Amino acid sequence: MNRFPLWKNAIIVIALVFGLLYTLPNFFGEVPAVQVSSVKATIKVDTALLSRVEEVLNGASISNTGLFADQHSIRVRLADTDTQLKAKDVIEKALNPDPANASYSVALNLLSASPNWLTRVGALPMYLGLDLRGGVHFLLQVDMKGAITKRLDSTAADLRSLLREKSIRHSGINRERETIAIKFRDAETRDKARSVISNAQGDLALVDAVDSNDFSLLATLTPQSEKRIQEFAIKQNITTLHNRINELAVSEPVIQQQGADRIVVQLPGIQDTAKAKDILGRTATLEVRMVDDENSANPTVMEEAAKGQPPFGTEYYVERGGRPLLVKKQVVLTGDRLTDAQPGFDNQTQEPAVHLTLDAAGARIFRDVTRDNVGKRMAILLIEKGKGEVVTAPVIRTEIGGGRVQISGRMSTTEANDVALLLRAGSLAAPMEIIEERTIGPSLGADNIAKGFSSTTWGFVAIAIFMCLYYLLFGFVSVIALSTNLLLLVALLSLLQATLTLPGIAAIALTLGMAIDANVLINERVREELRGGSTPQAAITAGYERAWGTILDSNVTTLIAGVALLIFGSGPVRGFAVVHCLGILTSIFSSVVVSRGLINLIYGRRKKLASLSIGQIWKPGV
Amino acid sequence: MEFFRIRKDIPFMRFALVFNAISTLTFVAAVFFLATKGLHLSIEFTGGTLIEVGYSQTADLSKIRKQMDEDGFVDTQVQNFGTSRDVLIRVPPEKGAGKADVGARVMASLEKVSNGDTPTLKRVEFVGPQVGKELFEDGAMALLLVVFGIVAYLALRFEWRFAVAAIIANLHDVVIILGFFAFFQWEFSLPVLAAVLAVLGYSVNESVVVFDRVRETFKKKRGMSTPEIINHAITSTISRTIITHGSTQAMVTSMLIFGGAALHYFALALTIGILFGIYSSVLVASPLVMWMGVSREQFIVAKKAKPEGMTDDGACV
Repeated sequence: MNRFPLWKNAIIVIALVFGLLYTLPNFFGEVPAVQVSSVKATIKVDTALLSRVEEVLNGASISNTGLFADQHSIRVRLADTDTQLKAKDVIEKALNPDPANASYSVALNLLSASPNWLTRVGALPMYLGLDLRGGVHFLLQVDMKGAITKRLDSTAADLRSLLREKSIRHSGINRERETIAIKFRDAETRDKARSVISNAQGDLALVDAVDSNDFSLLATLTPQSEKRIQEFAIKQNITTLHNRINELAVSEPVIQQQGADRIVVQLPGIQDTAKAKDILGRTATLEVRMVDDENSANPTVMEEAAKGQPPFGTEYYVERGGRPLLVKKQVVLTGDRLTDAQPGFDNQTQEPAVHLTLDAAGARIFRDVTRDNVGKRMAILLIEKGKGEVVTAPVIRTEIGGGRVQISGRMSTTEANDVALLLRAGSLAAPMEIIEERTIGPSLGADNIAKGFSSTTWGFVAIAIFMCLYYLLFGFVSVIALSTNLLLLVALLSLLQATLTLPGIAAIALTLGMAIDANVLINERVREELRGGSTPQAAITAGYERAWGTILDSNVTTLIAGVALLIFGSGPVRGFAVVHCLGILTSIFSSVVVSRGLINLIYGRRKKLASLSIGQIWKPGV
Repeated sequence: MEFFRIRKDIPFMRFALVFNAISTLTFVAAVFFLATKGLHLSIEFTGGTLIEVGYSQTADLSKIRKQMDEDGFVDTQVQNFGTSRDVLIRVPPEKGAGKADVGARVMASLEKVSNGDTPTLKRVEFVGPQVGKELFEDGAMALLLVVFGIVAYLALRFEWRFAVAAIIANLHDVVIILGFFAFFQWEFSLPVLAAVLAVLGYSVNESVVVFDRVRETFKKKRGMSTPEIINHAITSTISRTIITHGSTQAMVTSMLIFGGAALHYFALALTIGILFGIYSSVLVASPLVMWMGVSREQFIVAKKAKPEGMTDDGACV
């Protein structure tokens, strides 16, 4: 008797239901949608914006079929392209009253049309790679040496002012590659300097010069701080890229770290590489300027300024809180002097605050300016694309020396975080270079899908016809098992949201072609048992059992190759490897468990079974 | 239906020397072409820029070539890709500034000779020179990992002789595929590399099936010589071998026909791999095992230690 225990049948049913559920979203296709994302780094996408968009749509009596919010954007699903265009106009008008100074980008997009309950259980369509949907791919190399030398240069300047402050005489501070050499007249001064420097600069490793006549201190960054600078640099660059790419209104941008010093940027649907490159490479600058308090307090002047006629030598800005102010055109400090900005708390009041660190030259300027302007306001501006934005405009309370600046007062912790991020995000921490670029036109993407799809279909059909003809019912069961394999593979790919590329589709085809091996092994074994004179039921049992060891061995060796590709592969190879490995796992299950389950269902209960429908059994000598 | 009506075991091992001589010759030829002609590497490995454009009518390649030369591009390749209306242009890596804007410059050149039939940009790929070197290292590492992984697994499950024979037979497949790519100067790209490694795993598979039978026959049948046992194993698995590979090849052929230019070389590498995979893993690996001195005792050592009358699961009466 060939019967599966209940739990085995249950597993098969569960696997099939799971496969159907997660494969389902791939059949619904896409519907038009409108996507709203923030253009300015100071404006965040949150639930408040979501409800506002909903209100706006309800106000214009446009019905939507789903509202979704994620970290970077809000997406509204709409019935057809007409409503899509209407909705875009309405939202655009409501969110950006001033088109010249837009805060949000409102873009047309496509979203999966699968019902909401499917989306809620995490069933999404497969995530298509750029070669299938079209778009731009960049691989950027972050110049880590640049980040470190930049840091050492500012450290050298800091050391100069530190030694001057402590009145320690030195005869020169120079940076040579990744070392700062500080020369002294005698050993005594050097020792004094060493203790001062090691107290003030914790992330420097200090060594005496090798030559005993040369009283020099050699300072290098400790490995830990070097690592910290590199991690910081890549994180900041990613943040900056995020802010900039939001402007492009790309539907699903991918910005990821790859390895220690690389960043992958993928912009689906974008064709204009020149514009994308321009935005990626753009440098935003930070400026510190004084606020014209006298005129800012004068309502008539402000009214004139709001109309575009600010007093001579000033510019009109609106602060983040919404209050207008006039800022002098003269620049006090630029962002180049800022070495770090971190959120934190005020030492005395425990209020949230942002701590800025300036380099030595910046610190000197800042001290002079604050000394002369106690009680006045200074504005910190972020200038991008020639347009400025006031990040914050604090009041100067006392003279600030030493290059450590704290901005506090009327700020929440999140605001402090945002300001710190903004101040840092203004510029890239380290220069970047494009080392790989790929543009795929949308027609080519659609073409690739069609080609991959028809290769798989026709290959599958050929195998199915052959199996049914050669092994009859057993062949049909094998084809069902193979279909289950495809179903489970697509379901897993959808569930994991692994990127499907053209090599990935090729891997699906190849995996199916290889997976049939297990069923051929089983069917041949069953035939062999029958040829040897076994009863049909015994032949089924023995055939499956004997084939199992071989199937396992051969799949493990194939899997070893797949895993090696997964570990060392990048780009297209990785896409291939992911599908290949998953396919091997699903094929073991479907070809052994599912096909056995079906055979048991068909033959398992029949006590008097005369023959199996497995094709002609030829016996030598007959 | 039954295709394989074999009355007696086919004496494959009688021709072992011939099979190995054939594969040694092919191998030497492959190494020779690899050494003299080298692989035609895609820009993923060499660095440079690749631009694919589509015209609405047949493109005049010589005109495009002339214009490219005039615009200061050196050593560019202009060729049709798939159809006569699609053109593929390869620009080798340039030294100095403006590396990433080659795509835009090439498009500008193409516009000059377009005669109103403005080309549409289908694909641009730019790869910096530092990426290619890493790909080589990663590819080599992947190959090493596959080789060690498979040898270790087979040595554990079977016997070291089987592991060594399987890996020698299948590495020689890899070299032969590369030899084909060198001889015909087909483009060797990343998907082809993936295909080559997949073939390595796949054709080891083939050896495993035969070895599995060899082991089983050693255990079951006494009084057969090693060549006879190998002959029996190959003969009894040959129908499965042909049907399985036929099915896989049906899939790959479908890719060759319907997959278009993007999957062409990938499918071609698989085809060669499958054909040589059958040959080498059956007819090269088995003689190697025989010559390395595989014998019955290597599989039944464990049983001898058991006391008289003990069954396989350790029960004793």
